[in-house]
Amino acid sequence: MAGLAAAFGSGAMTNPIRDVLSAKSILLTGTNTTENHPIFANYVKEAIVKNGCKLIVVDPRKIDIVELAHIWLRPRPGNDVAWINGLLHVIIRENLHDEDYIQNRTTGFDELRACVEKYTPEYVSGITGIPPEDIVEAAVTYGGSKPSSILYAMGITQHTNGTNNVKSLANIAMLCGNVGVVGGGVNPLRGQNNVQGACDLGALPNVYTGYQQVANEDVRSKFAAAWGVDHLSSTPGLTVTEMFGGAERGTVHAIYVMGENPMVSDPDINHIRECIEALEFFVVQDIFMTETARLADVVLPVACFAEKDGTFTNSERKVQRIRKAVDPPGEAREDRFVIAGIARLMGFPLEYPDTRSIMQEIARVTPSYAGITYERIERDGITWPCTSEEHPGSPILHVGTFTRGKGVFTAIEYKDPAEVTDDEYPYILTTGRVLQHYHTGSMTRRGTGLNRLYPELLAELNPDDAGRLGIGDGEMITLSSRRGTITVKAKLTERSGPGVVFVPFHFSEAAINVLTNSALDPTSKIPEYKVCSIKVEKASM
Amino acid sequence: MEEVKLIIDGNNITVPGGSTVLEAARSAGIRIPTLCCHERLEPIGSCKMCFVQINGCAEPQQACKTRVQDTMQVTTDSEQLFSMRRESLRELLLRHPLDCPVCDKAGECLLQDLAYEFGVTDVHQHVNATFETFYPTSLIRYWPERCIVCKRCVTACAEIKQLGAIDIKGEGPTAQVYPAKPERCESCGECLQVCPTGALTENLSRYKTRPWLSKRVMTTCTYCGCGCQMQLNVMNNRVVGMTVPNVFGVNKGSLCVKGRFGYEFINSPERLKKPLIRKNGTLQETTWEEALGLVASQFSRIKKEYGRDSIAGISSARCTNEENYLFQKFMRAVIGTNNVDHCARL
Repeated sequence: MAGLAAAFGSGAMTNPIRDVLSAKSILLTGTNTTENHPIFANYVKEAIVKNGCKLIVVDPRKIDIVELAHIWLRPRPGNDVAWINGLLHVIIRENLHDEDYIQNRTTGFDELRACVEKYTPEYVSGITGIPPEDIVEAAVTYGGSKPSSILYAMGITQHTNGTNNVKSLANIAMLCGNVGVVGGGVNPLRGQNNVQGACDLGALPNVYTGYQQVANEDVRSKFAAAWGVDHLSSTPGLTVTEMFGGAERGTVHAIYVMGENPMVSDPDINHIRECIEALEFFVVQDIFMTETARLADVVLPVACFAEKDGTFTNSERKVQRIRKAVDPPGEAREDRFVIAGIARLMGFPLEYPDTRSIMQEIARVTPSYAGITYERIERDGITWPCTSEEHPGSPILHVGTFTRGKGVFTAIEYKDPAEVTDDEYPYILTTGRVLQHYHTGSMTRRGTGLNRLYPELLAELNPDDAGRLGIGDGEMITLSSRRGTITVKAKLTERSGPGVVFVPFHFSEAAINVLTNSALDPTSKIPEYKVCSIKVEKASM
Repeated sequence: MEEVKLIIDGNNITVPGGSTVLEAARSAGIRIPTLCCHERLEPIGSCKMCFVQINGCAEPQQACKTRVQDTMQVTTDSEQLFSMRRESLRELLLRHPLDCPVCDKAGECLLQDLAYEFGVTDVHQHVNATFETFYPTSLIRYWPERCIVCKRCVTACAEIKQLGAIDIKGEGPTAQVYPAKPERCESCGECLQVCPTGALTENLSRYKTRPWLSKRVMTTCTYCGCGCQMQLNVMNNRVVGMTVPNVFGVNKGSLCVKGRFGYEFINSPERLKKPLIRKNGTLQETTWEEALGLVASQFSRIKKEYGRDSIAGISSARCTNEENYLFQKFMRAVIGTNNVDHCARL
C-alpha cells in the first residue's frame, strides 16, 4: 500500500474487478488467484478465453492459472525488482513506452531510464534464472497489448523489498500509460474481507479515517471537535510488529486485540509469545479460543459476520452491507457493544443506537466516505471516493490526473532478500494459503466440509529435490530455519521450483511461522514471509 | 453492432444482430419456457422446451440456438408448441423419480415448476439403468436418477471455471454425469448453483430445511477481499445453507469452496460463549460485568502509571467498517494513543 500511495497518491486497487474484461493483456504476479481470490480468477479466465486477452504470469510456483498463461516467468523468490527492471528496460529499448503520458502525467522518468539501463535481459536472467528471451517476450506483450492490467497480492508485498516491488509495478504501468484507464491499472488483491475497510476507517497508526494524517493539525482539530475531546495525539503510533517489540522492551504494557490471531499469523511465533508474556495485561476479543486468546488475561466472546449488521469494503473499494441473520451464541456480543462497554467504564460514551448511525458519523468525518449511506447501498455497494450523496462513486482512480497530482517514477536498484540461502540452509521457504482454508484456520478448520478436502498440512517440495534428499511423497520431513523447526508431511509436486518449498500457514499445530523471518520492509513494515532460508531433512521416526 | 427487426407474437422487436430468438423474446418480456438454458452459459439446447415456430421453417426451431434475422416472424405459443413441450417434459420425467417429498430442491426446482405448469401427471417410469454416484467432491451429492442430463453443470464447470472436472457419459436413458477429471475439481459448487433439479444437492445441509421454511438474508462473504454477495439460509436461528442469486454482485452467482461451504464455523460448538478471566493461571468463565470492569480498570491504571502510549490496540480486517471505526476512536479518544493497527501486512 505504501508503494502505490507514494507513486499514485492512493494505495488501493485502481480499477474494479470486472475491468479485466476490457484488458488486452494481464500481468499477474505474486497472486495465486485461483486459490486465494477464486471469483476474481473467474474474470481473468473469461478475459483470456472469451476475449482473447493475453496473460503474463510471473510466479516462482507453477500455480494453476499458469495453464492459461501465454507466458510464464519463474523467478526465484525475492527477485521481483530485477525482472520488473528487465521489463522496463526492454519496453524502453523497443520504444513501447507512452511518451505523451510520461510527459504529461508523470515525473522521474529520466532517472528511471538511467537506472534500468543496465537491466538487460541477460543481466536479469543472471539474477532471476528467467531465460532472457522470455523477459523480452513478456515485455513486448505487456507493452504491445494495451490496456493492460496488473494484478498482484502478498507475493509481491511480503518481502523486505515489498514497497520497492510495488513501486516497480507502478513504474511499468505508468511507463505504458496504463493507469487511469478502463482495463488498466495496478491492482492489489486484498486477502481479507475487510482489510481495505480497516485501512479506510483508520485502523492504522498514522492516519484517521480516509487516510487523514494524525500529524496534520487541522485534521486533528476536526476529529477532536467531532469526538468531543480536548486533545488528540499528534505522534504516529506503533505498527503491530512494533507493538510486540515494545512489549519486549517494556515500553508497551497492555495490548488489546480485536479479532486477530498473531500467534499463528505473525512471523517468528516463538518470539511473539515471549513478547506477549512480557505484557502486564493482554485482552483478546474473538469468536474462538485462538492460539492468541489462550495467552490472554481476559477473553471476550463476540459475534461473527452472520450475527451483526454493518459494512465491509471489498478489494475494489466497494462498500457493501452485511446483515444480521442469527443471534450470537451464548452471551457473545457484537464487538461494538464490547468496545462501548469498556469506554463507558472509562468515562467516555461510545454508544450508538445502531450501526447505521456509526456510518453517518463516518460519513461526516471522512471525505471519501461522505456520500455513503445505508439507504444508498441497500441493494448494491458504492465505490469510494464518494464525496457527496449525489456522487455516484469512483470505480477507476487516477483518471486524467493522479490523486497526488503527477505520478512518480522511482528508480530502484535490485537488492537481495534479507536472508539468502547458504550451505547450512540451502532451500528457500515461501508461505501462503490454499484454496480450502483461510488465514489461521480458526474458521475453516472447525467444520467438517472444508477439513475433509484438506485435512492436514502439506509441504510442497520439488520432486528432483526430494529425490536427492531421499524423500518420498507423503513422508514426514523436518524443516528448520535459524528460528525454529517443524515436522510436516511432504507433497512432491512440480508446482514448487527446484530449491523452493511452499508451506501454507493455516495449521497452528505445525505453524510455519515458527520458521519465517520477521525482517521487515523498512516502509510498509511487512514481514518477509515469502523468502527465508531453510534446510530440509527426512524426519527421524 | 447492426440492429435486426423482427416480429414475435405480433410485436415489432429490434435487437442487436447476433442475438438469439430467445434473447429477443426475453428483451420484449415474452416468456418462452426453458430448462437447460442459463443466463451465464452459452446455449446448450438439450431440454427441447424452447421450440418456436418461425415463418418459412417447416419444423419448429429451438429459440435458444436460432439467431434472429431481419423480418423474421416468430410464434412462441400455440397448441402444437404446447404439446411438443409437454412431450419433452414427459420424456425427461421418464427417468426422473417423483421423489419431490424427500428432495432438498423441492420448492425451487425448475423441473417441478414446469411439470406443474404443463400438467404432466401420467408418467410411468421405465428406466432401470444402474448409475454411478461417485462425484469429484464430498461436499456435493450426485443423484443420477434425478439427473435429466441437461448439461448445465458440465457447461458451467468448463465455461466459467475452465476446469472440465465433470462430463457426460453414456447416451439416452443411461446417460449421466461422471467425474472426468476429478483432480481438477475445486469444490466451488458452480455445478450445484446451476443444476435446475435435485440431481446435485449440498452434502452439508441435507434434510435440514425446505426452501419455503428458511429465511434468506443477503450479506457479504466473510473470507477474501472479492466481496461476494450471498444469502445465508436460516432455520431456527441456525445458518443451514447458502444460496446465491444469479447475476448479482461481483460474483454473479459464483462462490468459491469457502464462500459456499465454509459456513459451518458459525454454528461450531467451539464458539466462545462466555467472557473469561485468568485466575490462578487459568482462564475461567465470568460475567460481562466483571470482565469489562477488569479491562477498564487495568487500562486506566496502566495509562496513569506508564502513559497513554503504553497501551496498544490491534484491530481487525475481519471486523466491519463500523467496528474498526469505533476501535480506532476508542484507542485515540479514550486511551489517547495512535497505537492502533491491524493485520493488513500479514
